[in-house]
Amino acid sequence: MEWYLPVIWAALIGTAVALYVVLDGFDLGVGILFPFAKEDHERDQIVASIAPFWDGNETWLILGGGGLWVAFPRAYAVIMPAFYLPMIVMLLALVFRGVAFEFRTVANTSKKYWNAAFAGGSIVAALAQGLILGGLVQGVKVENGAFAGGAFDFATPFAALCALGVTAGYALLGATWLVMKTEGAVANRARAHAKPLLGVVLVFMGIVSLWTPLSIPRIAERWFSTPNIFFLWPVPVMTALVAYLAWRWLEAGRDIPPFLAAIALFMLGYLGLAISVFPYLVPPSLTVWQTAAAPASQVFMLIGTVGLLPIILGYIVFVYWLFRGKVREGEGYH
Amino acid sequence: MDLDPVLLARLQFAFTITFHIIFPSFTIGLSAYIATLGVMWLRSGEERYEKLMRFWTKIFAVSFAMGVVSGLVLSYQFGTNWSRFSLAVGNVIGPAIGYEVLTAFFLEATFLGVLLFGWGRVPHWLSVLAAAVIAFGTAMSAFWILSANSWMHTPAGYEMRDGIAYPIDWLAIIFNPSFPYRLAHMVTAAYLTTAFVVLAVGARYLLAQRHEQHGRTMVAMAVGMIAVLAPLQLFIGDQHGLNTLKHQPVKIAAMEGHWDGKVPGDFELFAWPDEKTETNRFAISIPRGSSLILTHDPNGLFPGLKDFPAKDRPPVVPVFFAFRIMVGIGFLMIGVGWVGVWLFWRGRLFSARWYLWPASQAWWIGFTAVICGWIVTETGRQPWIATGILRTADAISPVSASSVAVTLVLFVLVYGIVFAMGIYYINRLIAKGPQGSLVEAPQGPSLGSPLLSASDAAREATAS
Ligand code: HDD
Ligand code: HEM
Ligand code: HEM
Repeated sequence: MEWYLPVIWAALIGTAVALYVVLDGFDLGVGILFPFAKEDHERDQIVASIAPFWDGNETWLILGGGGLWVAFPRAYAVIMPAFYLPMIVMLLALVFRGVAFEFRTVANTSKKYWNAAFAGGSIVAALAQGLILGGLVQGVKVENGAFAGGAFDFATPFAALCALGVTAGYALLGATWLVMKTEGAVANRARAHAKPLLGVVLVFMGIVSLWTPLSIPRIAERWFSTPNIFFLWPVPVMTALVAYLAWRWLEAGRDIPPFLAAIALFMLGYLGLAISVFPYLVPPSLTVWQTAAAPASQVFMLIGTVGLLPIILGYIVFVYWLFRGKVREGEGYH
Repeated sequence: MDLDPVLLARLQFAFTITFHIIFPSFTIGLSAYIATLGVMWLRSGEERYEKLMRFWTKIFAVSFAMGVVSGLVLSYQFGTNWSRFSLAVGNVIGPAIGYEVLTAFFLEATFLGVLLFGWGRVPHWLSVLAAAVIAFGTAMSAFWILSANSWMHTPAGYEMRDGIAYPIDWLAIIFNPSFPYRLAHMVTAAYLTTAFVVLAVGARYLLAQRHEQHGRTMVAMAVGMIAVLAPLQLFIGDQHGLNTLKHQPVKIAAMEGHWDGKVPGDFELFAWPDEKTETNRFAISIPRGSSLILTHDPNGLFPGLKDFPAKDRPPVVPVFFAFRIMVGIGFLMIGVGWVGVWLFWRGRLFSARWYLWPASQAWWIGFTAVICGWIVTETGRQPWIATGILRTADAISPVSASSVAVTLVLFVLVYGIVFAMGIYYINRLIAKGPQGSLVEAPQGPSLGSPLLSASDAAREATAS
């Protein structure tokens, strides 16, 4: 069997998930920080900074889930039942949060509830995604190719740690996004939030980086065995460097670079996880090859993806460009 | 009492997908209507088209958001609730979902931002183009998801190995036997559903003597649409049924309440199919009517339910009644369309209260027909999840019944709140009407607070 097809698909889905994490990450992060806004016009300004984008951002989540089904049905059929409860809680949180965008612009007296739904939905969705990530890295119980564990297998201290880490990370992305896209009181407050969040994210990244190799020998071996370590040492060094730069740029009052640094930080953490986990899609038992769809299906889908993804990225960039510039105080589009 | 995991999973899926289909039925049609209004506005320069376009865009935004979030839930439920199904047919229908995301969802979601937030920022033609792109995206989305769904009814182009379907011929898979009919029937259903909502809103304004010019435009456009599409839908539905007879005869037998295949079928106007005695009680029927429709011969024979072992029959009662409600609404729609055209021709369409009042109340009939149609289709496929390949009972995830029960309750609560508030807000937008909705988006450099409070005041004033 073509051994490279599943690797290409793993890379593609990895990219889709990375794009999801960055793109929906910043708008979920904006939601996480939403309760700190003081005035109603500030809230409108904050929502206006992400309103044209959130739906497109969330589509990457559909691509991630759908793509997993298309390319790795055996992994999809294990992961979804294994994380049944956090998955559905996440989806419901996204329901609340998604409708809140539209509902709060047409509501009068009930606007405050939809403000709360927007913030609460964002926070719960971020926590649930972190739980799923942590649970997956720790491993899923599989027998005969099907999930064989219990409903609460995901609920471990490590997963809880990841949940908080991901939430803090999204909040950092959100804060730096607001620094970039808004001005006035909202931007100042976001800048003040970004610095402690940066510290918190680094602490979580540090704990996860120590915890996984210490508790899972396979991961320790991946990082510390001899030829690997020569190739892998730049990952933590780059992380430290990016974190330092992010701090400097925030101190210097720059607008755009902190957001880029936050993205880079996320990508490095993500790369680290990918290095730890590959070639498993469902650690510790199912690899990308064992879970792959029929080659005919992977090829059929690959043709469409290679042809369409550049077009999609093209019009997404166009829309970000269309709505470039800062959202001013008191500006709400809708 | 023991909870049955299969039943719970089915209930949960039926609930979430029924909730979802309400919104596509409306947004597929409404996006096309908005794009049409936009084109008419660009060509004629008439302000009423612009006002109407912006008015419906607001309503569209609210319904689209509910459609998106409920669809997101569904795309994950294939895995959470039907993991064995995902595994057995993923090779074959997974790509349809994948192409749906790539050709439809990204398009819709991205250009929605341009349509909603671009006013005053982008040229008019770009707003209209965005509306057209969204309309195209929703139609593409229907194309792919209905292809996947039709394959579950009439699988083709595959082979089974170790209980897993493998693709052989992609064209045969995508254009499987029931797909063209289902696509035509569903898209027409969506346009009809939307036309009835537009008609109801227009009639409501005419009756209240508010926004009369807009009301007339809406009523005229909707009546024209219904007069053409409703008869067409009858024709498509008939063809759809004939095709189903070929591929899923037991579903037709349930729809017709036809038990004995050795005698010609009567058309039951009303009856209570009794699965224990295998007969219809309280039947009022047109003798040999079904045989005439399905075989074009009053003495023609077609399979009855008794020709199939009981374990291969779908539940008869829901299929039977849902079919009657759908077809009944279909004929009602033809009546509404043709009477409307006649009134228009006599110059009385905009003043005939006896016509406008019921029309203003009938916004929901399209949704009801759509849901009933899907109940016919999906329940009629039981006990299979994919005809002849996998039974529904063998398709569920290894998840405890209590997890499914708890999340089912959560779904009902959350969707209940979201739906109630959504309807309430849409109704309020309609009550405001086309003019009131024009709270201009602030443009240009920083706005001082006086302007801001003025626009807030305007919003308060128009919202009451
Ligand atoms: C005939 C049309 C039709 C049918 C049968 C379905 N949908 Fe749907 N769906 C649409 C037509 C549509 C749409 C018109 O494209 C939507 C509806 C409202 C909307 O806002 O976009 C949409 C939205 C939508 C979204 C969000 C897309 C976005 O972000 O823009 C997802 C993930 C799904 N759907 C998934 C599903 C699944 C998994 C279904 C079946 C099990 C399903 N839909 C049935
Ligand atoms: C959008 C309109 C649709 C509606 C309203 C609808 C309705 C339903 C209903 C009522 C059931 C429960 C049937 C029963 O158990 O008796 C069901 C089952 C199901 N449908 Fe659909 N359906 C729709 C479209 C689809 C599509 C597009 C797909 C897949 C591509 C799909 C896949 C399924 C699956 C997997 C089940 C669960 C298993 C089963 O009970 O057969 N449905 N649907
Ligand atoms: C006027 C007479 C009508 C006839 C004879 C008719 C016929 C049918 C048949 C036979 C099916 C089941 C097909 C199958 O599963 O194999 C069906 C399904 C359906 N019908 Fe109708 N129908 C009519 C009117 C309508 C109307 C007015 C609407 C909505 C506005 C509608 C919406 C649907 C939908 C959404 C489905 C499920 C999807 C599908 O299989 O296409 N129908 N119809």
